[in-house]
Amino acid sequence: MKNVWAIFRRETLSFFVSPVAYFVITGYVLLAGYFFFMLLGRFNIVVARFSMMPNGGMPTPNLNQWVVEGYYHTLLVVLVFLIPMLTMRLIAEERRRGTFELLATSPLSVGEIVLGKFLGVAFVLFIMTAAVGLFPLVLCLFGNPELRPILSGLLGLLLFGLSFASIGMAVSSLTENQIVAAISSMVTLLLLYVIHSPVESLSGAAADILMYLSPVVQAHDLIKGVIGVKNVVYFLSLISVGLFFSQRALEAQRWR
Amino acid sequence: MIEVKKLAKKYGDYVAVSDVSFSASKGEIVGFLGPNGAGKTTTIRMLATYLPPSSGTATVAGYDIQTQADEVRRRIGYLPETPPLYGEMTVLEYLRFVAQIRGISRADVTRKVDEVLDRCFLFDVRNKLCQHLSRGYRQRVGIAQAIIHDPEVIILDEPTSGLDPRQIIDIRKMIANLAQHHTVILSTHILPEVQTVCTKVVIINRGRVVVESQIGELTKGRSLEQVFLECVSSEGLQGGESQSLASGV
Repeated sequence: MKNVWAIFRRETLSFFVSPVAYFVITGYVLLAGYFFFMLLGRFNIVVARFSMMPNGGMPTPNLNQWVVEGYYHTLLVVLVFLIPMLTMRLIAEERRRGTFELLATSPLSVGEIVLGKFLGVAFVLFIMTAAVGLFPLVLCLFGNPELRPILSGLLGLLLFGLSFASIGMAVSSLTENQIVAAISSMVTLLLLYVIHSPVESLSGAAADILMYLSPVVQAHDLIKGVIGVKNVVYFLSLISVGLFFSQRALEAQRWR
Repeated sequence: MIEVKKLAKKYGDYVAVSDVSFSASKGEIVGFLGPNGAGKTTTIRMLATYLPPSSGTATVAGYDIQTQADEVRRRIGYLPETPPLYGEMTVLEYLRFVAQIRGISRADVTRKVDEVLDRCFLFDVRNKLCQHLSRGYRQRVGIAQAIIHDPEVIILDEPTSGLDPRQIIDIRKMIANLAQHHTVILSTHILPEVQTVCTKVVIINRGRVVVESQIGELTKGRSLEQVFLECVSSEGLQGGESQSLASGV
């Protein structure tokens, strides 16, 4: 555990000494603010239209549904593009500059290296999630949104981000080149993001499996305010798969 | 302290190291000599448990490099060809990190780091970022990270390459001081270096050991340069001859 802590400390230090973490966090918050503002503007128009003809057959516009849900779903897309920026250097850079040789010849297990590094990204993702969580929480000051879906949606964002980060790290452990790592993780994550899209033309078990495998469908439940054991288990398994592959990839390099 | 038996490393059909055996006892500084591409770095990486050998075995400090790799890792200090520095860390942060992953207890980290800053003359640059250090200082930080945990065996891969004469003298002094407490393997292709600091010489060429001897016996009346060239070129000549025979010349 002491070793994991040492790796974690070093990793977070690297994130915050190099400008990477600042750029990713700022970019995320900037985009989040923009989308939030747009959705709020659209909601205003809907509310105005509704109050002009309250009996026009429209249901009462709901703040959670119109603003918060759309906001979270847009942020999932943003994460697909930002997470590879965080994970591309994780292992690729160690290999290129030879510091992996230091780690590999120290009495550390590969598992400890992988876990320490993952916790480093997790820390950055935690800050990112907390920062974008401020926008919907501001709504509580001026309106009366439901708090539960706001918080469970944030949990969804965090779990979604952590799963993608562990996959990004696995990809980064396969190459010395950060650009290659970034592009291949982006492609992998995008594929995973749209994995449920053929469902409409499928039926039966195949459709069910794709729906289950889709991180977007799983995150959707959390965004709706339903914290299901099933969803949490799904994300934790995805994280474990990424960590497992990273560990295997590094172990293979150590003994080749 | 170090016992190497018929170590070999193959990458597919390419043989990087075909047969390396030698030994080193406590307190010795072994000069590991050879022309570029002879297999020095590969051998050293195997001893440092970075690469697994294809065949053969070696024990370092009494532990097998394959089956007891973690025990070996606890007892060696290793400086790779390029010092493994994190550019964005200061020297102090870096050494603290290395101290932690090398298993120094939390209470001792500060003391050990201070000690090593002192031994490697790094006190003045302790708050500089590693990426801003000159080559000489980088190499010193590299040595510092290799000795911080007082390992029984220290493995240095070309510690003086690319340094200016002044820096080379400094580094050699540091290495000579290490011999009191540690066994040192020093890979190099600079011959005077071996003559000034080493007690024993192992010369390898084309992945095989061609000479293993105490430095005094080896150089009786001759310069190390002559001995080295004899070993390396006679090997080369044989290779050349057999090739020309084979091609019918």
